Order: sequence, then C-alpha cells, then structure tokens
Amino acid sequence: MIRIPCPFCGPRDHAEFSYGGDGSITYPALDAPLEAWHDAVFLRENICGRQVETWQHVHGCRLWLKVERDTMSHEIYSVTPADPALAKVLEGGE
Amino acid sequence: MTRFSGWNVFWQGMTGQKGWARQWRDPQPKSHYDVVIVGGGLHGLATAYYLASNHGIRNIAVLEKGWVGGGNAGRNTTIVRSNYAQPGNREFYEHSLKLWENLSHDLNYNVMFSQRSHIALLHSPGAIDAASRNYNTMRLTGTPDAEIWDLDRLKQAVPHLNYAADARFPIMGAAVQTRAGTARHDAVVWGYARAADQLGIDIVQNCGVTGVVREAGRITALETPRGRITAGKIGFAVAGNTSRLWTMAGLGRLPIESHKLQAFVSEPLKPLLDQVVVFGMGGSHFYISQSDKGGMVFGGDLDWYKSYAQRGNLPIVQDVAEAAMSVMPCLGRVKLLRHWAGVVDMSMDGSHFICRTPLDNLYLNTGWNYGGFKATPASGWWFADLIANDRPAPMIANFDLKRFERGLQIDERGAGPDPKLHG
Repeated sequence: MIRIPCPFCGPRDHAEFSYGGDGSITYPALDAPLEAWHDAVFLRENICGRQVETWQHVHGCRLWLKVERDTMSHEIYSVTPADPALAKVLEGGE
Repeated sequence: MTRFSGWNVFWQGMTGQKGWARQWRDPQPKSHYDVVIVGGGLHGLATAYYLASNHGIRNIAVLEKGWVGGGNAGRNTTIVRSNYAQPGNREFYEHSLKLWENLSHDLNYNVMFSQRSHIALLHSPGAIDAASRNYNTMRLTGTPDAEIWDLDRLKQAVPHLNYAADARFPIMGAAVQTRAGTARHDAVVWGYARAADQLGIDIVQNCGVTGVVREAGRITALETPRGRITAGKIGFAVAGNTSRLWTMAGLGRLPIESHKLQAFVSEPLKPLLDQVVVFGMGGSHFYISQSDKGGMVFGGDLDWYKSYAQRGNLPIVQDVAEAAMSVMPCLGRVKLLRHWAGVVDMSMDGSHFICRTPLDNLYLNTGWNYGGFKATPASGWWFADLIANDRPAPMIANFDLKRFERGLQIDERGAGPDPKLHG
C-alpha cells in the first residue's frame, strides 16, 4: 500500500485514490494541429524513476492532486493540488 | 544434444540418467552478430529460433539481463486462447494457437500444452449478445471452436461454480473456446532456448544492455557489461522495459506505459478444475486454472498505477480473493502459496507492436498488455519475418507505431487510449 499525504485530508492509503496518469502532459489548444493532439493523447515518456502524475482522492476530498512519485520505489516526494489556483492558496498566497 | 524421445527416456532410465547434456550453452558473447535480440524472454527466444529455423540466419545472439525465464516468462498465468474479434488480432492469435498446437513436436520439448477450454462467464442478456457477436465473428474468420453455452451445459462442465440465483452477478451462460487452454510457461522458455541453442544461437545471460551507440539513422553497437557488441540488425523484445531502451537509443516517447500485473498460486489440491474460467464484471476481474502440480493459478486486475516494481500491492490481493470467493466459494479455505507481479507493457489501444522503427536497423516488439504469453509463437514468427525480410508481412501491417496517426486503434475492449484500462 502506498500512503499518499493528501494536502487536505492528511496521509491516506492509496486505495482511497483513483489513479489518473502522467501529470506532465499539457494538452494542446482545441485548434492545434492533429500531430500535437496525437502526441499528447498517445505518446508517453514512461519514466522509470521520479515522475509527476495525477491522482484523484475519490474517497476523500474528491480533489485531483499532482503527485511526484518514484515508479520503481513508489516513494512519494510531493503532493500538491492539481489546480494551480488552489495550490497557491495552500502555499499562503492569494 | 540428446533428443527427447520415448526410447531415450527409457535408455537413460536404464543407465542412471547419466547421458543427458546441459540444455543450452553458456557462451561468451562475440563482438559481432548478424542479428542481436535484446530480451531473453519468450518473445526474444522465439524470434531467434524462427530467424534460424524459418529464415536460415544463424549468427544471432539473444542478450538477457537476468536469466532466461526470470521475467514475465515466469510470471504469467499461462493461458493460451485466440478469442479476439478485431481484424488483425483475430488472425494473429489464431495463427499463434495453431503454432501452439504443434509446438512440443516442433521444439522437441514437452511444453505441456493442454487444450482444456477457456470459459468466460456471462452475467446478463446483454453480455450474452455481445459475446455472441464476437464469437460468431471468430467462427466466420477462421476460429471454428467458438461456442456460447447455456446454463445447463455450463453446470454439466463446471458444477462447482457459484450458481446462486441471488448472487450479486448471477451466472447466465458462458462464451467458450474449446481449443484454448494452458501450457507450462517454464517449459516454453526452456524449449525455445534449447531449440535456438541447437541451431547455433548464442543465449547470453546476465548481459543487460547499458548503452546504445548510434550513428546517423542506425545503431552501430550495444554496450553491455560483457563488452561492446556490434550487430547488423537489432530487435528489442523487452516487454515492460521497452521505454528505457527506447530512451537509451535517443528515440523519445512511445505509446506504452509500464504497469504491474499480479498472479497467484495456491497450495496444491487434488484435481478440481479442468478448464480455464474467467469472470469479468464491472470493476471485478478474475481468471483461474489448475496447474498439473495441483496449484490453483489465478489473477485479476492490474495494480492500477504505473510502476516498474516487480512486486504487487495488497488491495489487489484482497480484490482477487473477493472475486475468487464470489465465483468459486469452495476455494474459501485454500491457502495462498505465493503471489508476485510482472511489469507489463500496456499500450494505448490494448494491442501490440511488431514493427520497424525510425532507425534503419532497429526493430521493435512490444505492447503485449495482459496477453503476451499466448502470443509467443506468432510474435516470434512474425518478428523474425520482419527482421529477415525488412518489410512487415500483411499479418502485422497495422501493428506499427504509426497506426494512431492514421486514426486506427485496435481496441478489443473499446476502452479508449488509457493503458491501465486494457486489462
């Protein structure tokens, strides 16, 4: 079991969360060329080691989180809200 | 090499079993080969074997970072079937099943292929309709043994499933492939390794690739702990570790993700289950068969998050145990002997890639998702054909890296481009 420190609910078992996927993808604009969409939808870096990924705390606060995790050791380095505005509020900004 | 035959077994029995030689050599790698296959698993060894036996190429090395049969080849649940409905897949897996049927003779090695039927349970009229469509497609496209069983027939064949009418998902029938079954996974690896070695192929264990030397559009050499090896042609067949090699070759991203899949084996029991039984309903997934040693061999879903670790998590153990109890309550007191995980190369549409790459002399075999074991003979057969002839045969024409650019997804489940959903 991986323990994920949810910034809102505290450390919880990963069974409370739903795995999203690669969090490093930035989706292109709707009118971007097809190749850009192909790359974003179908291609993955598939890192062995530290990667950023998305998890949703479905059995908790239901928020989407960005988790930095090692895909070999499963060690978790950081957890922040996926929504940048919310992340800023947590950091104490406006 | 002593051939296996009834006479030889008898003769060795009479002479103290002293005449058996080791099954394959342990050669020092040469500095150059015509073809180097990276990955000494089932697919890599099968590829090397068919390159030699079908195409007459003998100067081949298979490089394996651990020992042959130590990766997914030794971690799967040994199911062989060809119940696919999508064009491309169905022909490919049916060809594979036909190769399985003669594999023991072909390799002179008993792979214990047992065509004991594959029974997929159905739990609603809608599921029966959908399965009927798929299994009719199979019958029309060259797989004659696809059947839909009603409840009476199923109860006769497997009387000890949970047929309770008030079960959460009552069993209503089954989609059955009667030529499907299981094989002894270790025997398949050893059989291919032994047969390949006999044809002069060097199987080099403890020899992982640590670097890829490129020159313009070619790979000129592979760096290994046992020296630099140059090769005319290079094939990657490394399942879950494909992206790491791909990155080493400076080729960027791939349409695959590495996930881990668990498998389980129980303590040995008296004969209990003569078939492969599969239960898949909503979020639950479970498949089970009994090995010749008596252990119940079973598995369920992926661990659900990306991982390169060959160890499984406990929530899935619980899921699988719950599914086991709902399908075969008689397993309730059976003790679990072992469970483990393998790293699988989940692709974006649940189908594989056997194709050329952006580099002239590099060929790729990956994206086997849940189902690499049954694909072994055909995967080796067509990958060898591709490497030898440098063009994709019609059988694998759509299993290239560009199919998504053409708008083609060979998505058996219709799950969409998310690797974890193609279990």
